[in-house]
Amino acid sequence: MNLLSLLNALPGAVAQGLIWGIMAIGVFITYKVLDLADLTVDGTMATGGAVCVMLMLNGWNVWLALLCAMAAGMLAGLVTGLFHTGMGIPAILAGILTQLSLYSLNLAVMDFKANQGINVTKYQLIVSQRNVRTADLSNPIFITLLILVLLIGILYWFFGTETGSALRATGANDAMSRAQGINTKRTKILGLIISNGIVALASALLAHYQGFVDVNMGRGAIVIGLAAVIISEVLFSKLFRNFALKLLGVSIGAVLYFIVIQVVLWLGLNTNLLKLLSALIVAAFLGLPYWRAGLAAKHHRKGEHGHA
Amino acid sequence: MLDIVNVKKTFNQKTVNERTALDSVNLHLDEEDFVTVIGGNGAGKSTLLNAVAGVWPVDSGSIVIDGMDVTDMPEHRRAAVLGRVFQDPMMGTAATMQIEENLALAARRGQRRTLKSGITREERDVYRSQLAELGLGLEDRMTAKVGLLSGGQRQALTLLMATLKKPKLLLLDEHTAALDPRTAAKVLELSEKIIRENRLMTLMVTHNMKDAIRYGNRLIMMNGGKIILDVSGEEKKQLTIERLMEAFAEASGESFVNDRMLLS
Repeated sequence: MNLLSLLNALPGAVAQGLIWGIMAIGVFITYKVLDLADLTVDGTMATGGAVCVMLMLNGWNVWLALLCAMAAGMLAGLVTGLFHTGMGIPAILAGILTQLSLYSLNLAVMDFKANQGINVTKYQLIVSQRNVRTADLSNPIFITLLILVLLIGILYWFFGTETGSALRATGANDAMSRAQGINTKRTKILGLIISNGIVALASALLAHYQGFVDVNMGRGAIVIGLAAVIISEVLFSKLFRNFALKLLGVSIGAVLYFIVIQVVLWLGLNTNLLKLLSALIVAAFLGLPYWRAGLAAKHHRKGEHGHA
Repeated sequence: MLDIVNVKKTFNQKTVNERTALDSVNLHLDEEDFVTVIGGNGAGKSTLLNAVAGVWPVDSGSIVIDGMDVTDMPEHRRAAVLGRVFQDPMMGTAATMQIEENLALAARRGQRRTLKSGITREERDVYRSQLAELGLGLEDRMTAKVGLLSGGQRQALTLLMATLKKPKLLLLDEHTAALDPRTAAKVLELSEKIIRENRLMTLMVTHNMKDAIRYGNRLIMMNGGKIILDVSGEEKKQLTIERLMEAFAEASGESFVNDRMLLS
């Protein structure tokens, strides 16, 4: 095993991690702030890229295409929100329904091809894998970091406003929020819209970065997003209490996740087994607090027994 | 004023678990009425409050608060004129948010929530002085998460939140039942003080007959989803637990034997 090859792969892992860090912030908003598990993102993580790439291939301006990509993601969030609040479908199932329909829609957007390439020499891409080792402003790490900081700033401001506080309250205590006059159906829909808009942004950036969009690029996205959220919780929960720092922690979590994946690949794991590994890691971390509580209770009982 | 006219509510309709929780209830409250609601388990006390709050739609009848028909209004819109404190101390506050954030949420009840700051500096000063009045030292912990507070502190905070913006009607649903006796007494006294100072129209459910007699200017007793006793004024002042129990036996044809009530 060549250490140099690992080091060589690290900038790529960091750039990808940062892009997925944006996606993970979207997951954080539904999973942590709103206390909803939203599986729409597996679809949205391809939708953003599909819309952005196809519009650009049709001659649209890159920023306009990016904006439309986000709007498409927000629309997907709206649909999930309406399934959930308007039809009483459990959030997790509502997300699955939207995700499934997005698979067809994504294909339709991509002219019914499983993938569509976009050439960095012909089109003005915001980030590109090709520049990952260049030491100037075109480096995707720098640009993604800039977007990330901007996004965290906007979200920090938003969640401090009256509307943002209402959204946080909805996730914290649904009944209390309604008693305080908050339309919790509306705040849930709004949260899903914002989250999926952010995920679509990440999706568009990822398509730019890798130079193509693939209809399957969102498969398992929720697990990567959750992994980032959980890694950040395990590592930084004591350190980062401020909301902006928490968002930063989530993006660092995503970067760490991709570095770990890179190391595992370097150690010789078959690429096709990656999703299995990811799922197992996330399951273990999700189970950790549960086990810990069980162990603590057992310990407590033993202690009492000893005193008697 | 509050007018509840012919309100009916049946749970689990057309199943084996069908239960008539409110059976054509009529109730009129005047401004500044402080009514205590008493009755056994399943009598319909909490159901009555939930019907007014709009937790679910009623089957028939109408509910009018201060001239506004709220019968078909969703819960969050009625909240504009209601203050509510629940039995479960966990239910009235957002545990993961700060004390001042919770108050700021309550201060905006009934208002459009905009993109303005969720809490302003002037507000903080107001909250500080109002928290100081509770006498629990919360004014020095305004940025602490509510989850760190004790049950009594949380109920006191919920009470402040419910009345921060003067409601047309205050609904207290056994709000001291989950507290230890000393804390319960303190929270009750605090409730009474806030109600008196703000002249609030109030419905207070309690399972404690002594409290029901001691507080308020009017007492109603419920059984089987109906109001079976309604006393006010001088008659209420003369009430004793024994007379309440006699009245219950008379009105319902059952004896009022309920350990929870006798012991408390």
